[in-house]
Amino acid sequence: MKRSRQRNREHAFRRHLNPLNWLLRHAQMSLSSLGRLAQNPLSTGMTAAVIGIAIALPAGLYLLVDNMRTLTGSWDGGSSISLFLQQSLSDAQADQVRDVIALRDDVAEARLISRQEALAEFRLRSGFGEALDLLEHNPLPAVILVKPARVASAPAATGRLADTLGRYREIDMVRVDLQWVRRLEAISRTLERGILVLAGMLAAAVLLIVGNTIRLEIQHRQPEIEVIKLVGGTDGFIRRPFLYEGLWYGLLGGLIALLLVMLGLALMQGPVQRLAGLYQSGFSLEMFRSGVFTAILLGSPLLGLAGAWLAVGRHLARIQPE
Amino acid sequence: MIRFDSVAKRYPTGREGLAGVSFELAAGELAFVTGHSGAGKSTMLKLIGLLERATRGQVWVNGRNLNKLNARDVPYHRREVGMIFQDHRLLHDRTVFDNVALPLVVSGLGHQEIQRRVRAALDKVSLLGKERSFPIGLSGGEQQRVGIARALVSKPPVLLADEPTGNLDPELSREIMQLFLQFNQVGVTVLIATHDVALIERFGRRTIQLRDGRISHDTGARA
Ligand SMILES: Nc1ncnc2c1ncn2[C@@H]1O[C@H](COP(=O)(O)OP(=O)(O)OP(=O)(O)O)[C@@H](O)[C@H]1O
Ligand SMILES: [Mg+2]
Repeated sequence: MKRSRQRNREHAFRRHLNPLNWLLRHAQMSLSSLGRLAQNPLSTGMTAAVIGIAIALPAGLYLLVDNMRTLTGSWDGGSSISLFLQQSLSDAQADQVRDVIALRDDVAEARLISRQEALAEFRLRSGFGEALDLLEHNPLPAVILVKPARVASAPAATGRLADTLGRYREIDMVRVDLQWVRRLEAISRTLERGILVLAGMLAAAVLLIVGNTIRLEIQHRQPEIEVIKLVGGTDGFIRRPFLYEGLWYGLLGGLIALLLVMLGLALMQGPVQRLAGLYQSGFSLEMFRSGVFTAILLGSPLLGLAGAWLAVGRHLARIQPE
Repeated sequence: MIRFDSVAKRYPTGREGLAGVSFELAAGELAFVTGHSGAGKSTMLKLIGLLERATRGQVWVNGRNLNKLNARDVPYHRREVGMIFQDHRLLHDRTVFDNVALPLVVSGLGHQEIQRRVRAALDKVSLLGKERSFPIGLSGGEQQRVGIARALVSKPPVLLADEPTGNLDPELSREIMQLFLQFNQVGVTVLIATHDVALIERFGRRTIQLRDGRISHDTGARA
């Protein structure tokens, strides 16, 4: 027993290639896998397109929502608290209050709109100018517009800041323009979660598509696989071209996804800008944000590889030469 | 080079392929395995090439106990055992050259070395002119010779042939046998399974006769 094991070890197989040959072989194999895909451009194209659509859908939606978030982000920074001062305050007093508030650490900016300014603006905007002329005195209070500093920019913190400011004696009433920021954020959170779920399901779909394509390919090439096993091809050697195929499918699908996303955003750019125009925002959809581009380019080949790996692991072992 | 120690093979169906076979084939020896259909000839060769594993007993090839080889080692073992099949097992979508090159490609040889060795192997089986042909366009004898070239191209120390002359005419059969004798002369251990008793008798080499999974006669058995 002992002796036999010894002899087995003495006759260890030589299994290592020199690294240069090994590299060359990988390069050759990846290219020949690509070549095989190119031989059936139609079916390859269709599989890649399905993968592309499956990836483009969540990626595009994510980009939309993410762009929307920058929008809320930029307004979030400017989400404001309006402090309506007591009518009895003189302009000088109002200025003092503004100065005190502006010095706070959690306030980025405090701008005073004096009673006269408020009236002028109201006159300009409302079209009730003549009616106002009838009044004996200015009914409008002075307002201090407060922009919270970054530390207080989150909705909850802004709310706390508003409460604190509301306790100042000189301040009659506080209004926080927060509600819609909260809503928008809640909506985008929900959408994001939904997209994540969708992305997960579609990633699974891509795995299945690639897996199934590779499975068919393995079936198709079963005689070849048997012969390769007969002449001493290792599992790694047999596996490799299929894994490369999965990788290529993923990459092709990813490229198609990028094209689709770009196309989709280009088509939406016009209406979005018109919408943004309504909100006085120079906002436009950006493609190259938030790493989506990189994520598609890196993620989709990996997804293809994983799909191929699943198929290969399941089906190659079953093929044994007789 | 090849040793069987009370080897039995029972297939999952319950059929016994071999039922306790012991023999030893020295390095450089050539032997025939004969016997009726279903006697276990193919089973014997499959155990040597590890296409099947013994259910009992031990098989030794080239100093290794095959029972102890794990799955990872099987491909490396097969590279040391050239196998030839009655149905050739060629790949029909590849040229003769590519078919013969396959064992060298899987073991990762360089391009030039592959060219050189494939040419040499095709030359030995007199098919040098056909390297660009596809197997479909070749006669049965030519296909068989492609299979032989593929089995030999990596210079394995052991050569197994299962009915290599099964459907060839007597003339071609003799030619193929002649090839095996040549390889044997340069030191390759050869084991040939065949029905063709007339052929065997002409060569007067060691013959192991199987009956129902057991050795019924062995002209070269040592005491
Ligand atoms: N894969 C298999 N599964 C089940 N039984 C098998 C299998 N291969 C062979 N057998 C059985 O094992 C026995 C020996 O078969 P084997 O193929 O070794 O015979 P053989 O001598 O090569 O016959 P032939 O001359 O017809 O090729 C037979 O009874 C056969 O039915
Ligand atoms: Mg047989």
